[in-house]
Amino acid sequence: MPSSIVEISGHIIDSLILPKVLDLIIKLGAEFQILEIEIGKRRSDRSFARIQVEAASAELLETVLAKIKEHGALPVEEEAWPAELEPAPADGVFPEGFYATTNLPTSVRIDGMWLDVAYPEMDCAIRIDKPARRAECVPIHRVQKGDLIVVGHRGVRVTPIERKVPRETFEFMSSPVSTEQPKGLLIEEIAETLKGLRRDGRRILVVAGPGLVHTGAGRYLVELIENGYVQLLFAGNGLAVHDIETALYGTSLGVYLDKKLRAREGHEHHLRAINVVRRAGGIRQAVDQGIIQSGIFYSCVKRGVDFVLAGSIRDDGPLPEVITDTLRAQDVMREKVRGISLALMMATTLHAIATGNLLPATVKTVCVDINPAVVTKLTDRGTFQAIGLVTDVEPFLRELCGHLELRET
Amino acid sequence: MQLLMCPPAYYGIEYEINPWMSRSRQSDRDRARRQWELLRTVLTEKMAIEVSLVEAQPGFPDMVFTANAGLVWQKKFISSRFRHEVRRGESAHFERWFRDRGFEVVRLPDNCCFEGEGDVLRCGDTWFAGYHIRSDIYAHQWVAEIIGQEVLSLELSDNWFYHLDTCFCPLGPGRALYYPAAFDPYALQVLQANVAELIPVGFDEAARFACNAIVAGRSIALNDGCPNVRRQLEALDFQVFETPLSEFLKAGGSAKCLALIIASES
Repeated sequence: MPSSIVEISGHIIDSLILPKVLDLIIKLGAEFQILEIEIGKRRSDRSFARIQVEAASAELLETVLAKIKEHGALPVEEEAWPAELEPAPADGVFPEGFYATTNLPTSVRIDGMWLDVAYPEMDCAIRIDKPARRAECVPIHRVQKGDLIVVGHRGVRVTPIERKVPRETFEFMSSPVSTEQPKGLLIEEIAETLKGLRRDGRRILVVAGPGLVHTGAGRYLVELIENGYVQLLFAGNGLAVHDIETALYGTSLGVYLDKKLRAREGHEHHLRAINVVRRAGGIRQAVDQGIIQSGIFYSCVKRGVDFVLAGSIRDDGPLPEVITDTLRAQDVMREKVRGISLALMMATTLHAIATGNLLPATVKTVCVDINPAVVTKLTDRGTFQAIGLVTDVEPFLRELCGHLELRET
Repeated sequence: MQLLMCPPAYYGIEYEINPWMSRSRQSDRDRARRQWELLRTVLTEKMAIEVSLVEAQPGFPDMVFTANAGLVWQKKFISSRFRHEVRRGESAHFERWFRDRGFEVVRLPDNCCFEGEGDVLRCGDTWFAGYHIRSDIYAHQWVAEIIGQEVLSLELSDNWFYHLDTCFCPLGPGRALYYPAAFDPYALQVLQANVAELIPVGFDEAARFACNAIVAGRSIALNDGCPNVRRQLEALDFQVFETPLSEFLKAGGSAKCLALIIASES
């Protein structure tokens, strides 16, 4: 929670100024803690109190601080130091000593005010728009010459996310990644979270790799989409290609998903699928023309679920929707993750890390992969809030859908 | 008792810095002069108060309200830092007057406003100070430090009663007139806890500036048209001198605003 330390002195006891200030803090919806208090011994002696004020947002904190200042409670000097700003020397270049961001809620002291940094994102700089009183994260390729960038650490405040006290006695099981975790309980908990988010109209992002289709878990993702548990899908060319291959030929990478059989010339199926979609003009057109009649992307198009396909160097095709300029893909993803409450990442390393880089730490993140290294990598690269589940994605989704009691589609 | 007054030579409603002031409702200079002279006569001849004068200065119509110039403590003059720019120029003239008479002139830090005796009043051994409208609470700490006394800060919450001396009038140790609606609830509690006998003034007479009175021992001078307050004061054995000050009410001032205490004892 954003907080600030204030000091107040004078004849604050007999004049009821101290109780008034404390009452005001509570009345305005904030909290306080008295860190230090000295009461004068004689009537003429002044008293002194040092108070920590905590508020749910930097904006509320600012309101409270401004209000109690009128009654003599002043922020201690070091708290009032402004952030140092320097203009960017060129397009795509930060000034030397720029403040490198974390994905935690951050505020910056500008012109005597704490400004919340909009959309916290790791590994960016903080750009200040003084007239608009706006602070935002800016990635290096988006900075423009002359943009005012925060340098150094002065006047920057980062609010750590409170971590839950582990409920289990076995500490090793509450570590973020363990193959020994009781997955059933964790999956049930994830299902409850998803239900709550759907009920509250919050947005859920799914990030998925083609392994999801290969393992036959595609139909469960379809169920999630059909039941309103997915509002946004990030993937690469592969997931879409193999999903559409399944829709057109019943195979994924040439293997029939329902027959445990390799199709004759099956290895060509995904290329033929790409070609069909390219001829139709795109996935949406292929769905509209009745060429694609089932699958993840069919459901996305039909249910109006937004998706972003980001390309990579090994892609076949790719499909027309795939964004091959990685910086542009990153920018589109950055734009779309705003307002997301939960990210469910399954069977993908590249897209999980890419998305993790863009998410504020306040977004609940679940990473499911058969390879423990993927979850470790994600958390090591800063997405520390991620909860990892080391399991094959098909049983995970099957069980998740079971807990969600989804209707058959 | 010794008071400082300033003749209303340049007095007029030239700007609007409180709800009483309206440039469309000008004061009558001759009548203002007569009212001011009458007050001075009451003070000097009826109440045996010694009145000193500071020369009025063109461009400073409110210099007539000397109570706002600062606060005198022994041989120190704590100079005001006016909230409004239009009055800041008065300070140099008041400071010169006090310096020429051997007072030490004390200035408060630049970051806090303070309007002198308009917001600081002594009731027995207790000092009360108003804040929020014209003075800042930080100023009270400085004043307390300089005079070495406890200063109880009172939040004023009605813009029509913008100085403490418009809504609070100490009558002697443990006794004061006050207009309750001008104070916030905490300030009311502080007054109740620290003044044994608080005499409330109704709105009508508070708006005639009944609280803006000059008290010297058992005699008291105030604006006319306050019969209830007069009756109550007379019942307490005060000799009451009502004197017309309607021209000064147009600027939100009355008897007390027109005089600054230089010395309580003659």
